[in-house]
Amino acid sequence: MLATSISLAVLAFALAWPVPIVLAHAQWPSRAPATALLLWQSIALAGGLSMIGSLLSFGLIPFGDNLVTSAAALIRSVVEQPLVASVEIVHLVSLCGGVLLGIHLVLNLILTITQTQRQRQRHRQLVQLLSSPLPNQPNTRLLDHAVPVAYCLPGTYHSVTVFSAGLVQLLDSDELQAVIEHEKAHLLQRHYIVLMAFDAWRSSLPWFPTATRAQLQVGTLVEMLADDYARRAVEDRTLATAITLVAVGGADRRVRGGADSDSLLLLAERDPVGPSDAQLEARVTRLLDGRPPLSIPARLAVAVVGLAFLAVPTVLLLAPGVAGLA
Amino acid sequence: MDILWESSGTLSAYELQDSLAATGAAGVATSGSRKLAATTVLTVLSRLEKKGFVERERASRPHRYRAAASREDHMAELMHQVLGDALDRTAVLERFIGRATEGEADTLRKLLDSAGR
Repeated sequence: MLATSISLAVLAFALAWPVPIVLAHAQWPSRAPATALLLWQSIALAGGLSMIGSLLSFGLIPFGDNLVTSAAALIRSVVEQPLVASVEIVHLVSLCGGVLLGIHLVLNLILTITQTQRQRQRHRQLVQLLSSPLPNQPNTRLLDHAVPVAYCLPGTYHSVTVFSAGLVQLLDSDELQAVIEHEKAHLLQRHYIVLMAFDAWRSSLPWFPTATRAQLQVGTLVEMLADDYARRAVEDRTLATAITLVAVGGADRRVRGGADSDSLLLLAERDPVGPSDAQLEARVTRLLDGRPPLSIPARLAVAVVGLAFLAVPTVLLLAPGVAGLA
Repeated sequence: MDILWESSGTLSAYELQDSLAATGAAGVATSGSRKLAATTVLTVLSRLEKKGFVERERASRPHRYRAAASREDHMAELMHQVLGDALDRTAVLERFIGRATEGEADTLRKLLDSAGR
C-alpha cells in the first residue's frame, strides 16, 4: 500500500501543478471546448481523489495491504480494542488528513450551492422588481437601463433571461438573435452546474492557484460552448460583432462618463487591468479566424487521457481489494 | 413599488389602494372605480416586506409603509452584480460578455475591421 500511496501522491502533484498549467496554455481547447471542459473536470476529480486516496492509503498501511481489508481492520480495531501495535502517529495524522480533506470538500460544495442559490434568489427578486416582462417571450425580462447587458439566471425550475434597454438599442435584430441563442445555450446545457462545482473547488482551496486558474479557464470554455450554439443560428461575424459591440459599449460609456447611474461609477472605480472576463479576444478571434474544430481522433485521445486520470486512482485503490475478495 | 418610490413619506394600505385605482396600475382589470381589494394590497405589501423591499411603521394605526431603498439603490445593487468580477459573481448569473478595458476595446475593433466588417 505504500506504493499505492506514493503513486497517488505523484499523480495528485501532477494534476495539481504541471498538468493544469500545460492545459491552460494550450491552443487546442478553443477548437474543442466541450472536450477541454471534460478534461478539466476529470483533472479536478482525479486530483481530489488522488490526494484523499494517497492520505488514506498511507494511513491504513498498518491495518492491511489493500484498501478494503485495511478499512475493515480499522473499523474492527475501533470497535474492539486494543489498537494494532504497528500504528504510529504519522499514520493517524495521514488518516485524519484524508478524511478531513474529503469532508471539507463536500461541505464546501454544499455551502457554495446554498450561497449561490440564495444570491440568485435575491437577484431574481430584484429583476422582478426592476424589469418588465417581454410580450410573447416567457421567462424573458427587459431591464430599464442604458448599459448594454444580457444575462440569464439559471435554475432548476425558473430560469430567467434579462436584456437591458441599452442592449436592445445597441444591436440590430441579427446580433440580438445571436445574444438570445447564446444565453439559451447556457440554460439548455445547464452550464451553471459545472461553474458552481469549480467555484466550490476554488473556495475550498483559496490559496491554491490551480483552482483559480481552472475556474477562469472553465468560464471561458463555457462561453465558447455557448458561442458555438449561437453559431448554428447566426453568422460567425454577426456573433463577433455582437460581442464587440456589447463589450466596447461598456468601455465607451465609461470614457464618455455618462450620467447613467452608480453602476458606471462602480465601473470606473474597478481595477481596469483585472483578469479579462471570459477572454474577450479569444472568443472573437476564434469566431473570425476560421480554424477548424479539433479532429475526432484528437478529441477521442483527449477523452482517453481524461478517463485515464480518473481510472488510475480508482484502480489503484480498489483493484487489490476487489481481487482479494474474489 | 412605483407608487411607494414616488412618494416621499409613508403611505397606509388604504392610500396605496386609492393610488393604485387612480393610476389604473397593478395590471388588474379594475373596471370603472372598482378598487383592488384592501386585503390584496396588504398581502402584497407583507410579501414585499418579507423580501426586504418595504418597511412597515407600526407606530400608528393603520400601519404605514415606505420603500426600504430607492429604485436607484436597487438598480445599482443589481448592476453591481451583473457588471462585477467574474470570480465574484460565482455562477449566480451567466452574462453574454463583460466590459472591455480600453486596450481590449481597441484590439477587438481592429480584429473586426481586419476581418472585413
